Amino acid sequence: MGTANVIWVYAELSGKEPKKIALELMTKARELAEAMGGSAAAVVLGTGARTAAEKLAQHGASVVYVAEDERFGNVLTTPHADALSGLIKEKSPRAVLFGATNSSKDIAARVSARLGLGVIADAIAIQVNGNELHVVNPAFGGSLLVTSTFTDANTAFIIARAKAFAAEERPQPLKIEEVKPVYTAAPQARITGAVAQPEARVSLEEANVIVSGGRGLGAPENFKLVEELAQAFEAAVGASRAAVDAGWISYPHQVGQTGKTVKPKVYIACGISGAIQHKVGMQTSDIIIAINKDPDAPIFSFADLGVVGDLHQIVPLLAKEIRKRKGA
Amino acid sequence: MYRLADAQRMLQAVVRELAQEKIAPRAAEIDDKGEYPWDMKELLARQDLLALPFPEKYGGTGSDLFTFCLVVEEIAKVCASSSLIVLVQALGSFPILIAGTETQKQRYFPKLASGDWLAAFALTEPGAGSDAAAMKTRAVLEGDHYVLNGSKCFITNAGIAQVYSVFAMTDPHKGVKGISAFIVDADSPGFRLGKIEHKMGIRGSQTGELVFDNCIVPVGNLLGNEGDGFKIAMMTLDKSRPGVGAQAVGIAQGALDYAARYAKERVQFGAPIANLQAIQFMLADMAMQVEAARCLVYEAAARVDAGEKGITMSSAMAKCFAGDVAMRVTTDALQVLGGYGYMKEYPLERMMRDAKITQIYEGTNQIQRLVIARALLASY
Amino acid sequence: MNIVVCVKQVPDTTAEKRLDANLRLDRASVDNIINPFDEYAIEEGLRLQEAHGGEVALLCMGTESAQETLRKGLAMGADRGVLVTDPALAGSDAWATSYVLAQALKRMSYDVILCGMQTTDSGTAQVPGGVAEFLGLPQLTWANKVEISDGKATIQRQSDAGYDVVEAPLPVVISVIKGINEPRYPSLKGIMQARRKELQIWSLDDLGISQDMVGVLGAKTKVLGYSRPAPRAKGQLIQEDSQTAATRIADFLVQARVL
Repeated sequence: MGTANVIWVYAELSGKEPKKIALELMTKARELAEAMGGSAAAVVLGTGARTAAEKLAQHGASVVYVAEDERFGNVLTTPHADALSGLIKEKSPRAVLFGATNSSKDIAARVSARLGLGVIADAIAIQVNGNELHVVNPAFGGSLLVTSTFTDANTAFIIARAKAFAAEERPQPLKIEEVKPVYTAAPQARITGAVAQPEARVSLEEANVIVSGGRGLGAPENFKLVEELAQAFEAAVGASRAAVDAGWISYPHQVGQTGKTVKPKVYIACGISGAIQHKVGMQTSDIIIAINKDPDAPIFSFADLGVVGDLHQIVPLLAKEIRKRKGA
Repeated sequence: MYRLADAQRMLQAVVRELAQEKIAPRAAEIDDKGEYPWDMKELLARQDLLALPFPEKYGGTGSDLFTFCLVVEEIAKVCASSSLIVLVQALGSFPILIAGTETQKQRYFPKLASGDWLAAFALTEPGAGSDAAAMKTRAVLEGDHYVLNGSKCFITNAGIAQVYSVFAMTDPHKGVKGISAFIVDADSPGFRLGKIEHKMGIRGSQTGELVFDNCIVPVGNLLGNEGDGFKIAMMTLDKSRPGVGAQAVGIAQGALDYAARYAKERVQFGAPIANLQAIQFMLADMAMQVEAARCLVYEAAARVDAGEKGITMSSAMAKCFAGDVAMRVTTDALQVLGGYGYMKEYPLERMMRDAKITQIYEGTNQIQRLVIARALLASY
Repeated sequence: MNIVVCVKQVPDTTAEKRLDANLRLDRASVDNIINPFDEYAIEEGLRLQEAHGGEVALLCMGTESAQETLRKGLAMGADRGVLVTDPALAGSDAWATSYVLAQALKRMSYDVILCGMQTTDSGTAQVPGGVAEFLGLPQLTWANKVEISDGKATIQRQSDAGYDVVEAPLPVVISVIKGINEPRYPSLKGIMQARRKELQIWSLDDLGISQDMVGVLGAKTKVLGYSRPAPRAKGQLIQEDSQTAATRIADFLVQARVL
């Protein structure tokens, strides 16, 4: 296994399009494959896979393996694991790249357990070194970067963070291979419905701009200041652990060590002191802007622009300013 | 040297977490509003922290005084008012624990241990603070009950508690030997709440006056025998003073923790002020004092637990020293914060106001020195 | 209904961490705590027990010191604990951890296996799925709500747009996210009782697992080295009236070509 110098991407769908992160991974897979003298491929499962294949080919996939079975949409994890493990056994790719989403992590877990494969998660960099793949991931709250590799020649699983790599076009001729998975008869988890959450409008991992609120907001109702500013930017809404623990906003918005790790172009922290807990989740943002009344707040020691002042006044004024300039 | 048992270590860690996460966020508001924090009382009851002094057979946890002190200290680090809820539950119940009959214990302990009822300790009077013999409250036996007349002042949990340990003169000619102790239910005929005090610190605890106006107390509620009251009160204070010491240590430690963290963050002259030797020396002095006070408190508690003799002196030393340390350390910790320390936005002025009471209640620190000197000189 | 909650001991997330000469975490230098996500799993287990009866057992793989972690879970109210510990387990990866837990689970009785969504130290989120795979069970992961009725479990699973409703027949592996509940603090009586509760210790031999499958010997990945990322530089700090401050932020974004 894992002898072919082929790097795969397990590409998740968002409707009939590949997810943004799938294109980022595809670009990286192509680059790694070229460095190894091989090629890149993608695996797409679910309704819309054929349509999505085109974009993946544009981003470097020489082959796109597709299976359009309804069960991928209404059964959790196991059919995907069956399809993927069957393919891996047949084709023995060198590595499979997964995006760090809940579903991809689940599928990687089942397949790696089934086939006895090594997994390195939370990757932010991947390099080819001779015949080895070196994977870098942050540890201990980002204070260290760990470089790891795999100890055997089996297919390597790498789960990468969103925005670790840039998506670029590397057009390949579109070549689709239909897959006919063999499904195991094990009991299944079936998806029977969905509960929409209006506040989850823009996903934190994919957002270009994130506006986050912390304890400095003072009261739960002040979170609407953050939400208004986020609307002005069409940004996602984040929060510190303190704000989540106080019940001001739900957990999926939490950024930090026990929440999400984000990497937007701009991160605006309102009333967040910047404790290590929080810093870990947002320190790789391109630009950090912090508004805080306390001039000694630790966040000012790593913000690109620190503003000492009353966020209750500044945030609405900034929202107005942004709307004005965007309108112009 | 003391060493914590595994269960004590876990309890300490759990109470620390509880205090940081659930009590600390309420501390400023409790102080500001000056209202009894019923939510904190419910929280402490739910965690069995009001059950500490009571034997297991009455629904308590049968914990020793050392464990009790660990709990009080952790809560006092973040909120002195909330720590007082635990302290007074013990203080008000110790007289029953010391002198109560089986019937009395069965009647009162289960509901006190669960926190359904709260207790209070009523010794002090307007004219009898440190001088117990000057007590004016009278109790006269009439058939199957005593009739109490008089008043008590500065009583923690006045109007909050269901159960009061009350001290009254049954024989004024005998001085302190004429004092008797009674359990008075809050709904006793002729018993009412008088003036509620407006205090400098521990503002979340209700302190007030108790008025006995021909108050009827059944004979069955006499603790021990007539004339045992003073002895019961002194034995109670011997047991309760290490707890006050633990409260003082907690307040001091909370202030030191805050000042030390602040000093590492606050930048002046281009560097954290913790780099300045002037600040370092202040922090070192504070740390030494807190540690010394803690050792005295734990030692006193351990002696009470071991049933040793001479606990009056060690309890008085623990309470007195820790109270003085709390006052000094909170004052210095506030100083480390400079102007910010003086502002209500920061917790240090509250800690300083809360610290003051530990030098005053359960016997002023002057009385403690008297107690210590008496015991000391008697041994030569 | 029998419930097993998988728990792990991790270094305190707020503590500063050091590495030893073997590039592994110097565990003596930090306090150990129960993985914060596992507290939600224990709480959910206790709530399911309150509603449906049965037993809540805790299962942990770790060093001897992890007994402390198990005692905390027992103090919260779990009935008994099992610790799988063996010197050969040091350095185990997610595959080995899932495998060992699954082998231990085969010797226990379960209808529901609960896990925290991930750990705060390695954080791969691979163990719940791995355990499910090794046991041939369905998995209900990232649950924000759990209900059990008529021999099946129904959860709300965190998705990009909100939550999916997912159901599976028992027995099942469920992983829970933070916020699903508010974990209780152990009460003093709970702490006292925890000392008297059963805590079994199993070795690899007890589970019939050979040493070369786990730990450093069995690891499918290895660490090559560490580096320290360059710390973020401090930017500019301004203190202006609110309108000027808002304008300066907008100007900054224009300069950075975000606006």
